[in-house]
Amino acid sequence: MNAPHKVGIGTPLARVDGADKVTGRAKYAAEYAVPGLLYGVAVPARIAKGRIASIDAAAARAVPGVVEVMTHENRPKQAWLDHSWKDELSIPGDPFKALHDDRILFAGQPIALVIAETFEAARFAASLVEIDYEAEAHNVDFDTSLGEKFLPAKGMRRNTYHPPKARGDAGTAFDAAALKLSGEYRLATEHHNPMEMHASTVEWRGDGKITVYDKVQGSQNTQAYLAGAFKLSKKDVRVVNAYVGGGFGSGLRPQWQVQLATMGAILLERSVRVVMTRQQMFYHAHRPECTYEIRLGAEHTGKLTSIYGDATTSTSRFENNMEDIVTWGMMNYDCPNAEGHYTIAPRDTYTSADMRAPGAATGMALFEIAIDEMAYEAKVDPLEFRMVNYSETEAMNQVPFTSKALREAYREGAERFGWSERAPEPRSMKEGRELIGWGVATGMWDAQFSKTSARARLSANGDLEVASASSDIGTGTYTVMTQVAADTLGLSPDRITARLGDSDLPAAPVEGGSWAAASTGAAVQLACRSVAEKLFKAADEVEDRPLWGAKSIDDLDFVDGEMVLKSDPTKRVSLTDAMRAGGLDVIEVEETAKPGLSDMVSMARKARNTHSAVFVEVRVDEELDQVRVTRVVNAVAAGRIINPRTARSQILGGVVMGIGMALHEETFIDRALGRWMNHNYAEYHVPAHADVEDIDVIFVDEPDPEVTPLGVKGLGEIGIVGTAAAVANAIYHATGKRIRSLPITIDKLLEVAP
Amino acid sequence: MNDAVTIDRAAALRVAASPIATLPLSLTINGEARTLEVEPWTTLLDLLRDKLDLTGTKKGCDHGQCGACTVLIDGRRINSCLKLAVTLDGAEVTTIEGLGQPGELHPLQAAFIEHDAFQCGYCTPGQICSAQGLINEGHAKDRQDVREQMSGNLCRCGAYTNIADAVLDAMEKQA
Repeated sequence: MNAPHKVGIGTPLARVDGADKVTGRAKYAAEYAVPGLLYGVAVPARIAKGRIASIDAAAARAVPGVVEVMTHENRPKQAWLDHSWKDELSIPGDPFKALHDDRILFAGQPIALVIAETFEAARFAASLVEIDYEAEAHNVDFDTSLGEKFLPAKGMRRNTYHPPKARGDAGTAFDAAALKLSGEYRLATEHHNPMEMHASTVEWRGDGKITVYDKVQGSQNTQAYLAGAFKLSKKDVRVVNAYVGGGFGSGLRPQWQVQLATMGAILLERSVRVVMTRQQMFYHAHRPECTYEIRLGAEHTGKLTSIYGDATTSTSRFENNMEDIVTWGMMNYDCPNAEGHYTIAPRDTYTSADMRAPGAATGMALFEIAIDEMAYEAKVDPLEFRMVNYSETEAMNQVPFTSKALREAYREGAERFGWSERAPEPRSMKEGRELIGWGVATGMWDAQFSKTSARARLSANGDLEVASASSDIGTGTYTVMTQVAADTLGLSPDRITARLGDSDLPAAPVEGGSWAAASTGAAVQLACRSVAEKLFKAADEVEDRPLWGAKSIDDLDFVDGEMVLKSDPTKRVSLTDAMRAGGLDVIEVEETAKPGLSDMVSMARKARNTHSAVFVEVRVDEELDQVRVTRVVNAVAAGRIINPRTARSQILGGVVMGIGMALHEETFIDRALGRWMNHNYAEYHVPAHADVEDIDVIFVDEPDPEVTPLGVKGLGEIGIVGTAAAVANAIYHATGKRIRSLPITIDKLLEVAP
Repeated sequence: MNDAVTIDRAAALRVAASPIATLPLSLTINGEARTLEVEPWTTLLDLLRDKLDLTGTKKGCDHGQCGACTVLIDGRRINSCLKLAVTLDGAEVTTIEGLGQPGELHPLQAAFIEHDAFQCGYCTPGQICSAQGLINEGHAKDRQDVREQMSGNLCRCGAYTNIADAVLDAMEKQA
């Protein structure tokens, strides 16, 4: 007899939503056909700070097809208290409220919405709205804002912010160190730029009821937020985000287009759609600009004796966006003395926001450049240097990890990359007119888990539906849910339907922080196990009780649609027979997975992290300093991998964004006008096909039953962390030019003599 | 904002208030002949998405910078956001919906699934139409050509290496 074919955890199942996506059937927020739909186009503020003196909308209103021009003067009522505008991931400060009053807080702020029967009429009319401003002095320049940098008082900090915890005496150790390094490291402002622009289609269902098709990472977050902000009953607001065209953090919090579309629908009692333009996409969430002062002390052997970091990131003047920047280096390396400081600097822009691996992507990238420099100072191979300073425990809080297979990642990555062939001297490898450089860096991110509910519904014909209000933003959550369900109940994936992205479904948090697979997966497993228990009970009614002797479902295998007695595989009952015998038309259960579940030890006593070792080859044109990233090996230690195919894609995506961070991505701001200058895809370069050559992904074995119920650590973010540093370090190895400011554009390389 | 420009408000109001006349347009879309009345300022992209509910063609920038809106006109790939629909009278338009549907996937669509050549899926229809255009052009011989000639199609999820694998795979099968 052939071994039963079972799809489950660890199977490289093709994406279950693949056919919908490659045929154009997958519907995104702006694509739902709604009868009588109106189109809204936002009018952006032309000044960065001040107030609206007057609005002349006569010309706009005269355009045939225009229905309304909505401004702060005629908008529907909004909640007055800031508290009512808080969302699941709000940060301290005053959340942005579109059309709230005449105040202008940032250039590009939406100050009117032109609503028309066609998109074209709305777009044209939006260009005709005349606004007079009373401008006030503004500052959008990061360096100038550093004069106002501050650490918010405790109650005004993000609750996800972890203050650096000092150990030893970093100052004294630095003074006494044999080898010293100090410098300022920089990261430019970046924008998420998901391919789908932020969009909301608000369907007016009458009697104050709305269905909102929203481009957001959490349907229930938008639901609660709209109910709070516009004084609606939560049950009258349904939010759907079944497909999300990328997020990377830009959709963690509801964005301003959903405010405008909802207000338009309430005002006109009609359905309204608002889509940000690509240009407007630059006037909301972005990764903060960062300056990071790093001082390292070491012995001649390369052993670190002192780590000192002091970082500042940009925020707006109305909210305190904070990131963990300096903590990553302090956590990752074994060093007796470490000290960190952190502040934020306000400027007159929209609030910066979480972007893929917030804090770590920035902090590790810059710190790992400094580590590379110190390795050269000590004349120790950069990979060996990391081994010399390897920490078995989480070094800042002095707690053990649930697991840390970084050593294995270094080893397997180095082997695949061929690191041992590396000539240590910079500028020593060359082919044709190109200098070749090899660099390495370390990545680290949190393995998080969030309370999530899921429902499983098994029909009498053996079809299963699993559902949760979580989201799939390209991460593969639909596929992961299907696999976990198939694994638990032994069903073929084509009998399983996974549902996500609807506020009507069982409660789930915003999708982000790399917690969705671990959390949604665990909830689906719990729900399916409950179904299994009901099936087991029903099997008692089957003639001859074939499963007699089994005490619980743990004595059974679920495979090929059957329950099989482990102790005697000839004894089996099909799921459909069990349901029939038990008189069940349907089995439906909902379960909630919470932190602290089953084998998870207390969250505080152990550190939960993913790690990675990134190896990069660059080729740099000797005369033009043009950089190509020709080879990347990213070896990742992330616990159990549910789907090697989609998991690999997650890492590929992180690496590509890391290449962008290293070489391309930078949003420039015009100090006089207060506006982003390169606010489009032509001038804000995200990596294109031609920029990406060969990327190899390794998942090292890292069994970890403690970290989350499925042993899953999450992969959405770890791929970017460290990648930019590995590129920068490879560029140094190729050229002998050390650039401490990302992105490393050609102009920066040309300025430095080799 | 710009002091150098003065606007004659009355003239502006007159222009703004002028109705937009529609023009007749005949198109063959995914093999089906369509007779339409279209305002001249409507792009092919907005016509497809807003008027014909063919939302498989995506809007990613509306400026011809990202390739998400790529469709085939008489077998050639174009950015549909840069084409006014009324200029296409008599043309044959193929969108992602016309290439294949679940159950009868086009070889490129099947290859994209097999190679996991997408994540969020938003750039995917444009990538696939662009890849078919690339194959029709017949200039791409190897991986480097594919990478170069697909560079008008951005993918923020970073599926590029898988897309190249999928396109090369389909190229071989179509050769």
